[in-house]
Amino acid sequence: MAEGIKDKVAIIGMGCTKFGERWESSAEDLMVEAFVECLEDAGIEKKEIQAAYLGTHFDEVNVGKAALPLAMTLKLPYIPVTRAENYCATATEAFRAACYSVASGAYDIVLALGVEKLKDTGYGGLPGGAAMGTTAFMIGPNRTAPGAFAQLATAYSAKWGIPMDKIKPAMAHISAKSHANGAINPKAHLRRVVTEEQIMAAPMIAYPLGLFDCCGVSDGSAAAIVTTPEIARSLKKNQDIVWVKALQISVSSGEESIYTNWDGAHLVTTRKASQKAYEEAGIKDPREEISMMEVHDCFSITELVTYEDLHISPKGGAIDDIMNGFYDLHGQIPCQVDGGLKCYGHPIGASGLRMLYAMYEQVLERIPEERKVKNARMGMTHNLGGVPHANVASIAIIGRD
Amino acid sequence: MIGICSYGGYVPRYRLNRSLIFNAMGWMNPANMALARGEKAVANFDEDSITMAVAAGIDSLKGIDRSKVQGVYFASTSMPYKERLNAGIITAALGLNDHIRASDFSGGLKAGTSALLSALEAVESKRTNNMLVCSSDCRLGRPASPQEMIFGDAAAALLVGDEAVIAEFKGSYSITYDFGDHYRGGIAKFDRQWEDRWIRDLGFDQFVPEVVNGLLERYQLKITDFAKIVYPCHYGAARKRLNKLLGIAPEADQSNLQAEIGESGTPQSLVMLVNALEEAKPGEKILVVSFGSGCDALYFEVTEDIDNKKDRDGISGCLSRKADLDNYQKYLVWRDILPGDVGLRAEEDLWTRWSLLWRKRKQVLGLWGSKCKRCGTPQFPAQRICVNPDCGAVDEMEEFCFSDKIGRIASYTGDMLAASYNPPAIYGNIQFEGGGKYMFDLTDCDLDSLAVGMPVAMSFRRKYYDEKRDIVGYFWKAVPMKEVR
Repeated sequence: MAEGIKDKVAIIGMGCTKFGERWESSAEDLMVEAFVECLEDAGIEKKEIQAAYLGTHFDEVNVGKAALPLAMTLKLPYIPVTRAENYCATATEAFRAACYSVASGAYDIVLALGVEKLKDTGYGGLPGGAAMGTTAFMIGPNRTAPGAFAQLATAYSAKWGIPMDKIKPAMAHISAKSHANGAINPKAHLRRVVTEEQIMAAPMIAYPLGLFDCCGVSDGSAAAIVTTPEIARSLKKNQDIVWVKALQISVSSGEESIYTNWDGAHLVTTRKASQKAYEEAGIKDPREEISMMEVHDCFSITELVTYEDLHISPKGGAIDDIMNGFYDLHGQIPCQVDGGLKCYGHPIGASGLRMLYAMYEQVLERIPEERKVKNARMGMTHNLGGVPHANVASIAIIGRD
Repeated sequence: MIGICSYGGYVPRYRLNRSLIFNAMGWMNPANMALARGEKAVANFDEDSITMAVAAGIDSLKGIDRSKVQGVYFASTSMPYKERLNAGIITAALGLNDHIRASDFSGGLKAGTSALLSALEAVESKRTNNMLVCSSDCRLGRPASPQEMIFGDAAAALLVGDEAVIAEFKGSYSITYDFGDHYRGGIAKFDRQWEDRWIRDLGFDQFVPEVVNGLLERYQLKITDFAKIVYPCHYGAARKRLNKLLGIAPEADQSNLQAEIGESGTPQSLVMLVNALEEAKPGEKILVVSFGSGCDALYFEVTEDIDNKKDRDGISGCLSRKADLDNYQKYLVWRDILPGDVGLRAEEDLWTRWSLLWRKRKQVLGLWGSKCKRCGTPQFPAQRICVNPDCGAVDEMEEFCFSDKIGRIASYTGDMLAASYNPPAIYGNIQFEGGGKYMFDLTDCDLDSLAVGMPVAMSFRRKYYDEKRDIVGYFWKAVPMKEVR
């Protein structure tokens, strides 16, 4: 019987660049920036790293394929380096691979680093075209990410009989909260406070999602170094140690896309992955036991349904929690405490590690008072890669104790 | 008895009011004022002569076993491909057998009736049966030209066979002249024409009587024997003169739909014929005349079976569902006359991999999926392993066609970020009645009019155009239905 990952791996160092329109920086610059911070935090030397995983998604507009860019940029001395890719869960996959490498006993100290350079595409939003394969443009809809996720809203409205004019303000509250959190975070991409009124009045991107319902497309990199409990304790004497409590991935089986049993108003994979993660971490009631989280708020509506799919808000009832401030910075479960994808930014291949970085910094209480989550013991991250009808959901839970 | 067994018509949804064109371009050619009446039918940005022909073909095959169709003749002067059989694309889209004859008829505007005649004579030879004749055109006039005002887009389809004939073929007469009234060279985008007076006074005034009288003499008939006379001639005065000259009574003069559709080119006589058949009564004789590089005249007699085919959409059904295109510039962009900027996102290279398309031809062109023989679940695209989690059967599938199934909108959006010539790009999850689900583009609709649960029908459309390699790609889109029939 598999025991799961709980408490078998510790994070000893993390680094994360400022996300944003890093016109001056190449992917290589971003990797170095995240790595230097991460290595310093870990308090080890580069030669102690025994294996590494690189997360990148859009290789066509980024560093290309394979893991060579990481090895060659960081000058990793002929160690195993592997590229991990799984849509927006890419960085979490790199982290998962690093953790499993340690937990298996194959290696003692492993690096996971995610990087994405998206601002060389020449246009807003994510690239399409060849990145989507050879068949999608022939038979798939002429869709973008906002349009795919916007449909969660029309289906949610139909499923629960909630009119769009009640959903829109909840989505606006979600984005306003993330803007408020991002505004006080110097590493965030978007740092302006935006009111719910401004959000509601913004131009439409994909009905019913307006401009402020969509996250930023950014450049950035984030990294983590993980190790065994023994090495962590010896390196971090008399310090708090951040433990990996759960790592789960759930991938669509094709049912949401072409079978008829999915309502289009929730994320099947998020429900499954979070359920398994709670079991792995030994969490009975996530609403009471999770201190804070970073969820995949690529769009405000994604965050709204995710609250339900993480089994924290009741199904069809997230709007009440949202409007009551449950997920605000000083609410019961603060969400997107660093600004989220919405404002910290979303360089695909780095995002999962960026979320972990936010939770890690909170758990270690290395956060300025104004951004600090009270009693931040257990942090959860969630990625949703792909589109609601075909996606990869990842959950990571890390914590003290 | 051989003749027409079924008919179908198609007129695209959008109408461009001619006064709108004149208001935009009249400064350049004030004489067009005389033409600035009524409206012209305009193909949507994702339509062309192939897609319109498919739509008319679908209408004509309503209630007919498609496996019985033994041939497809496509007539048009605006075919998307010079090499790659256009009728072959139509054959695949209609889900017809592979082992049939298909051919393109082009060159002059009488190609529509020539294709019909060829089909009739093929059936007459008893070597084949149930030949589908589709004709459509999407001809362009330069901005400010009279043709821009006059032309309109439409399609017609006729199934020719020897069973359940609704209009018996009784005879024909043809004349052929190299008459350069309208012409386009091998690379021309726009129609060119010689002087109107010459086309009118020498062309219509001489050729139409010549072919009509030829037919009347050959079959010992009088013009008054015909309940309807179908002939194209958009010149109002010339038409009046011809009616008088030939003795065509006003009620026998089948409307050329100039005010509703415009001069549709190759399909013009067939569009008018379909429109006539919609109202035809058993025993009536119909005379069909085409015009363009000469004329064909065909003579039909309507049978009792006509009443069994009145459930077609036809031309009148399409005319009742029109929507205004209140924007002349949009028309110019749709026809690639005005090079509108769709943004860098539209410049992604889209390679059509012909070997891939060949492998997936039934899926892409015919909207074929599969149905699990064990649990009965229809699925698109076709699967090897059944998607039903309680089934999961491996390789127990049979082919299943979705193109004629009704779907319901499960979720939808209107996307302003996607590169589109008709933003917002509207698309959504479509759940088919009876099973199967897929995300399709929606077309011929407005975002505000959509709702979850709304019924949709599938429509064959242009999916993409690869400018670099001059490739038009086709696929199916969902079109909201007013009601489910």
